[in-house]
Amino acid sequence: METWKQSKAVFWTLATPGTLWLAIFFVAPLAIIWGLSFAEKTSIVDTEITGTLSNYIRALGTPVYLKIIWKSIWISALATLMCLIIAFPIAFVVAFAPDKWKPILLMAVILPFWINLLIRTYALISVFRTRGFVNFGLEWLWDGANSILAFIGLGPAVLGAFEPLQMLYNNFAVIAGLVYVYMPFMVLPLYATIERLDKSFLEASLDLGASQARTFWSVVFPLTMPGIVSGIILVFIPCLGSFLTPDLLGGTNATMIGNVIERQFKAANDWPFGAALSFLLMYATFGALALRSLFAGRKSGMEV
Amino acid sequence: MDQPIVSIENVAKHFGTVKAVDDVTFDIQPNEFFALLGPSGCGKTTLLRMIAGLEVPTGGAIVIDGQDMAATPPNHRPVNMVFQSYAVFPHMTVEENVAYGLKVTGTPRSEIGPRVTDALGMVQLAELAKRNPDQLSGGQRQRVALARALVKRPKVLLLDEPLSALDAKLREQMQLELSHLQQRVGITFIIVTHDQDEALSMADRIAVMNDGRVTQIAAPDTLYENPTTRFVADFIGKVNLLDGRVVGTEGERVAVEADRLGRITVPHEGDASGDVSLVVRPEKITLANTEPDGDVIKSQGKVTDWAYYGDTSHMFVTMDSGLVMSAKVQNTTRETVDNFDVGDTVWLSFSPSDVLLLRE
Repeated sequence: METWKQSKAVFWTLATPGTLWLAIFFVAPLAIIWGLSFAEKTSIVDTEITGTLSNYIRALGTPVYLKIIWKSIWISALATLMCLIIAFPIAFVVAFAPDKWKPILLMAVILPFWINLLIRTYALISVFRTRGFVNFGLEWLWDGANSILAFIGLGPAVLGAFEPLQMLYNNFAVIAGLVYVYMPFMVLPLYATIERLDKSFLEASLDLGASQARTFWSVVFPLTMPGIVSGIILVFIPCLGSFLTPDLLGGTNATMIGNVIERQFKAANDWPFGAALSFLLMYATFGALALRSLFAGRKSGMEV
Repeated sequence: MDQPIVSIENVAKHFGTVKAVDDVTFDIQPNEFFALLGPSGCGKTTLLRMIAGLEVPTGGAIVIDGQDMAATPPNHRPVNMVFQSYAVFPHMTVEENVAYGLKVTGTPRSEIGPRVTDALGMVQLAELAKRNPDQLSGGQRQRVALARALVKRPKVLLLDEPLSALDAKLREQMQLELSHLQQRVGITFIIVTHDQDEALSMADRIAVMNDGRVTQIAAPDTLYENPTTRFVADFIGKVNLLDGRVVGTEGERVAVEADRLGRITVPHEGDASGDVSLVVRPEKITLANTEPDGDVIKSQGKVTDWAYYGDTSHMFVTMDSGLVMSAKVQNTTRETVDNFDVGDTVWLSFSPSDVLLLRE
């Protein structure tokens, strides 16, 4: 009997919708934007693809844009690192949890996905703002400490009045927001590799005299590298392109490249320049992925 | 007797309501090749893992070289383990694998090199030192695991089903090599196995485990010829097990009414009364075409089935009473195999002294 792969008619019937979908809604718009990055504005509404490199020259030649790209990279890198540090123990706990607990714990990791990003971001604002939950909590502790100090006779205002922390509209808020939003993308690939890791490797390491910490660094970490790399890519790339989180949580103090691009397309109505900035970001991403596959190709022998 | 190298004192391990290991007590002597033998799920691996410190006993104490191990984590115990899956680190070369246990415990660099070379030489892997584990066969990977454990110079080497993943030929070769290795390095080996041949051929002493308990601890020949329980008799080797009932004594011998075989008299030391089990190994039974003479227990029957193993054949003889006994025929000449065939009427006989009487 012919399989669907061998029968040409069946193959094309199955493959065409997806191919068309990708071609029309992904490849074509991307090509248009790529073309636009070599275009010039001829009037308020018209642009003409002239093959000019002026948009790229402007992006790379203006310090403010380079600075924002650089800042976007380190904010994304920091957020990715935080994700990795926080996600590893979570993934570990889930992977080593009893089987009946695993689906529940995984659900807890995925649950935030079910809520609209905008709502989650506004919720974060209500947590971080001057009169938000964190500051309420801190104030309560502060007042408590003050009254205890007063009670043991140290005067009424040793600590002074409570000054709310400024946690919104700065880099901290953006990184916290990015870590919160993209955490599941780090936990899931890590969980998958740790789950597959033969536990006897850990036991063998302990048995050979290594401490728990040594076992982690010498055995668990290298053997879960594929999951770590996947997680880093899955978190770092969306972080780099994010614009909602820095817009709402960072305000004007923590603009990222995504915000600049958005502004070019909308407020500034300069599609060619926005397109050039977008593609600069994509070239950087491709570069990172190429490095990754180079690394993966060299180490292909160690897949477990 | 020397101080035991390992003392298992009333050790128990419960997983919920399951008693994986149930109040086990025994000692292992220095330089002994000791086997824990039993069917899967009998608790032997759990017991081994408790000695290594990878499982915490629910009760009892494990003493290694005079020291209670209760508060000692696995990385500080003077034992090393060869895992069933070998657990050779895939991201390290053979050499790095063997050096790992020395490196993590801060052994001076100048000492690591020679010790690794020694250990690899001991398991004949010197030429493969730079290889990655994925370039090794199963047997070679096992040697890496062995070298990696031995290089630590443990007081006790633990082996968890070390040969189960190897093919029959290689297994036989490794059995010999392990025995020689143990004699050469002079450390205690504790091996867990479900394969009786493995235990019988390698071990100095064997502990047979069943349902979390140790049923019998003895040297291989004692275990085979003088099992103390029906379980051990049945588990080790092939056996004809008959139910019987003691009906009296005749001089030195005990008279037993054996189920479907009739009244027989067998030598037996100690008391015997009531219901007993009779054990006759198939190789102790002789088949003949004519009625045998002398002081033997004999019966006539028909060959109803046979299994050919090359060096031996197993003949299943059914008696008129319906009793089936198996006899092992050694194929000593190339024609022996033609002596008996299915449907032949044969005489089956065995010496009374080859019948073991178990009181249970």
